[in-house]
Order: sequence, then structure tokens, then C-alpha cells
Amino acid sequence: MLQTLVTGLSIGGIYALMAVGYSLVFSVLNFSNFAHGAVIMLGAYAGLGVVRLFPPHLALAVTGAAVAGALVAALNERLAYAALRRRRAPALYLMISAMGCAVFLENLVYAVLGSRFYAFPEMIARSVVTLGGTSVSLLDAGALGFALLAILALHLFLTRTVTGLAIRAGVSDMTMCALMGVNLDRLILVVFLLAGAFAGVAGAFLGVKYMVYPTMGWITNKAYIAAVIGGLGSLPGALLGGLLLGVTETVVSTYISSVLRDVFSFAILIALLLYLPHGLLGREAEEKI
Amino acid sequence: MGYVAGICTLAGIQMIAVLGVTVFTGFTGLFSLGHAAFVALGAYGAGISTFRWHLPFPLALGVGVATATLASFVIGVPALRARLRSDYFAIAILGFGEALRVLLENLSLTNGARGLAGIPMATTPGAVLLCLLGSLLVVRRFLRSRLGSACIALREDPIAAEMAGVSLFRTRLLSLALSAALCGLSGGLLAHYLSFIQPIMFTLTQSTMLLAAVIAGGMGSVSGPLMASFLFTAIPEALRVAQMWRLVAFGLLLVLVMRFRPQGLLGFRELGDLLPARWRRGFLA
Repeated sequence: MLQTLVTGLSIGGIYALMAVGYSLVFSVLNFSNFAHGAVIMLGAYAGLGVVRLFPPHLALAVTGAAVAGALVAALNERLAYAALRRRRAPALYLMISAMGCAVFLENLVYAVLGSRFYAFPEMIARSVVTLGGTSVSLLDAGALGFALLAILALHLFLTRTVTGLAIRAGVSDMTMCALMGVNLDRLILVVFLLAGAFAGVAGAFLGVKYMVYPTMGWITNKAYIAAVIGGLGSLPGALLGGLLLGVTETVVSTYISSVLRDVFSFAILIALLLYLPHGLLGREAEEKI
Repeated sequence: MGYVAGICTLAGIQMIAVLGVTVFTGFTGLFSLGHAAFVALGAYGAGISTFRWHLPFPLALGVGVATATLASFVIGVPALRARLRSDYFAIAILGFGEALRVLLENLSLTNGARGLAGIPMATTPGAVLLCLLGSLLVVRRFLRSRLGSACIALREDPIAAEMAGVSLFRTRLLSLALSAALCGLSGGLLAHYLSFIQPIMFTLTQSTMLLAAVIAGGMGSVSGPLMASFLFTAIPEALRVAQMWRLVAFGLLLVLVMRFRPQGLLGFRELGDLLPARWRRGFLA
């Protein structure tokens, strides 16, 4: 049982990393960034590229993935979303554009690099520590620890710095925020850089844990679920949602059926959207049509 | 069946599904990322009927349509009653589609991920044409009815429409049901054209392709999406482009359309509107 909990928490940490970025973009721009999965996938490929070029080291791979993710997300914003944003297009249009980006990037990678599954070389020996009767792989523990630290750092950034304050102001009222002298374009760029970096890191961890392949970004479906569980737009909510989802999934696949795991997750998603749309820690959504 | 006839049949089948998404997204204004699920249900409903129970083809198509329509109530009643925001609704229906695909991959009735092979090839170009024309007629009547006007009113301004007495839940539900029924019909025809169906054929990518046709063709137009859908099927087929480059182009197209021409090819207009006025009367009166 403890073993299941530990495995679940480590998966949950990665879900939380994905959900945080997704949730951040959602809270500022109020649309579902479906391209988030593609950024995760490109981050994983970038991490793999770094490891192939330089001496294989986990820290290098994660840094490379974070930088690449941030750049891709920022470019994505500038090229695809900025014009729509300035025109004050409905959220639906932004969402369709994001969907287009996701399809474009995923299939571009597929067409250029092929559908091969790549594995990271062994970087940390898949060693296992035994703690009170349960074995924990170092990678899992590292992923969870890193996720917690990174989300804590993001939290401090949002609450303790001027830019963070501006982002939080933008979340509650964009127009007012701009009137107060905040450069919205720069602010949104920062948001996408952050979201992209988190996505890249999540991608690198996913790649190290499993494999790297063009459709790996589909796992962001889980990030949406995690974000919805915690309450869209809430940072602690995304963390809580990710961990809860990870543990629930592991419990379901261990004790009930691994096949039903995804059906179960999607059922949770639908049930939550219907009965608790603000999630566990979300703020009240004002617009509900 | 000749090569050209084959492509046109496939395009026709796709156009019926696009017509379904047009009703729901183009005219009712809700965004769906799960309509491939309704196509899948139509395909499996009809395919299983002929493959396992040896029902006649038209009856099997009916079973497919009924399955898809029933499923649209299963997801539609709770999701629409909860009055979810458009993107929450899109995510909910995406979850529904993915969950359904996992189920199809694991039921023994559907032969799991291996899919159903050997469904009788009963779909002829004539049958597709007949179904397409029938669907067009139904959609046209629907859009010109009170219900159709209510859909358009909800798309334009849900609050104002509700104030004017339009029932948001009922209207959206019926629009979803019609759109699911059309997707189901398309699925049934597809199953009996390819004679082989597999859950992996009905993924999020398929839903996106349907949506891409509606967006690129133009919201609030029927002929625009149909034209776009035909071009989407015919051009890559004629140029013999690999599937993934096709999808690269679709993705780019969606981004570019949103960036430069969000109203699409024929936003809020029909093909007939482009003709000089004196010809138009003869066609559409």
C-alpha cells in the first residue's frame, strides 16, 4: 500500500508540473492552451538532444528541456496568440489556434524525426533506496522532490516579486492592470516562458521515466484533469490535483484494473466539472454560461 | 469501384460528419473536441449489427445513428445542464471521447484494439450521395425552424436569448443530438465502406479534422464547411501526401485561419450568396 502511494506521488509530481503551467496560462488569458502538450513533447526531445551532445547528466537534460520549453512556448505566444489577443478575439478562437499549434508541432516532429520511441541513456543508475519496507527509485524521489521545489519557487516568485504581483493583478483584471502601467505583452511573455519551462521539465522527467515519442504530449489530458481537480487557475490547487490524480490512478491500476485507469480519470474529470467546477481550491468562476 | 469514385465516396462520408459538427459548432457556437466519439459509436453500432447480428444494411445504419444519438444524451444532459463554459464543455466532451475509446479498446463485443474486420462492404457511392442529400435537407429544415433560430440566437448572445425565452439546455441538447446522429450516420457508412474499423481511427486527431473543416469553411455557414471538407479529403489524396504532412498542414491552417481570417472561407454566408442576385432566386427560393 505504501509502495503504491509512493509511486502515485511521483507520477503526481510530474502531473503537477504540467498542470501548473497549464493553469497559469489559463488564469491569465482565460483559455485552454491545448498546445501545452506539444511543448512538453518538444522539451523532452530537447532534453534528449542535450544528453546526446553533451555528457549525459540529468541536470543538463532538465535544464535543456526547460530552456527549450520556455522558448517554444514564448514563440508560440508571439506567433499564434498575440495577434488574436490584441484583437480581443473570443477565447474560442485562441483555443482553436492552440489546437492547431498542437497538431502542427506534433506532426512536424513525427514527419521530421519519425515515430521512433527514443530512450534516454542510463543517467542515474536505476538504484532503489529501501525506506521502511518500501523501495523507492531515486528517479521517482528526485522527480517528486524537484516538482515540489519548483512549484514552491514559482509560488515565491508570484507572491514576493513585482513581476509576480503584476501577474496576479493581470489574473484578476487585465484592463485595470494595463491602466496601472503594466506592459501586458511583456507580462504575458513571462507567463508563457514560465509555463513553457515547467512543461519542458515535465517532458524531460517523463522522457527519462518512460520514452520520448511524438504523441507523448497527449498526457497533458492528465494535466487538464489535475488542474480541474485542484481548481483551474489555482497554483496550490494544481499541485494538490496532480498528486491526488497520481495516487488515485496508481491505486486504481493496482487494485482494480490498469485498463480502467484512464476511464476512471476521465470519469472523475466529467463528474468534477459537473458538480464541483471550481475544483478543490479554485476561486469562484464569475462567468458561467 | 474506380479511384475517383472511391475518393468522392470517402469525401461524402466525411462531409456528413462535418455537417453534424457544423450544426453544433458553426450554428450553436459550442466547441467540441469529442465528435469522433459519435462517429465511432455509429461505426461500431452499425458494424456490429451487420457483422454479428446480420441485420440488413439500412437497419444497421439506423442502429448506428441511434447509438450515437443516445450517447449524445448521456454526455449532453449532465454537461449541458451544468451550463459549463465553452472550454470546460470542450474538455468534458474530450474526456468522454477518450474514455469511450479506451472502452472500445477493451470490450470483447468490439474485438478490442484489434478492431472489427470483415464488415460487409455495403456502402455504395449512391448510398452515400443519398445520405448526404438527406442530411442536407434535414439540416436545412432544422436551421430554418424555430429551433434553428434559437441555436443561432444562443450562439450570438446566450444571455439575451435566454431573456427572450429560449431554453438554453433544451436547444443545445437537441442541437447536440442532431449533430451526433449525423456523425453516427457517417460512422455507419464508413464502417461499411472500409469493412474494417479500429478504435485508433477515432481519436482526438479525427475530432480536430472535423472541427478544422468547420472553422476553415466558416462558422455559421453550411456550404463553406462542406467545401472545405471535400477539399481536405480530395487535395491530399490527389497529391498523394503522407498522412503526417497532411496533419502538419491542417494544424498550420487552423492557426493561420484564426490569425488572418477567423470568419473562415465563407463565414456566415453560403455559396449561393456569392452568385448574382438574379440567379440566386432560382436555387434557394
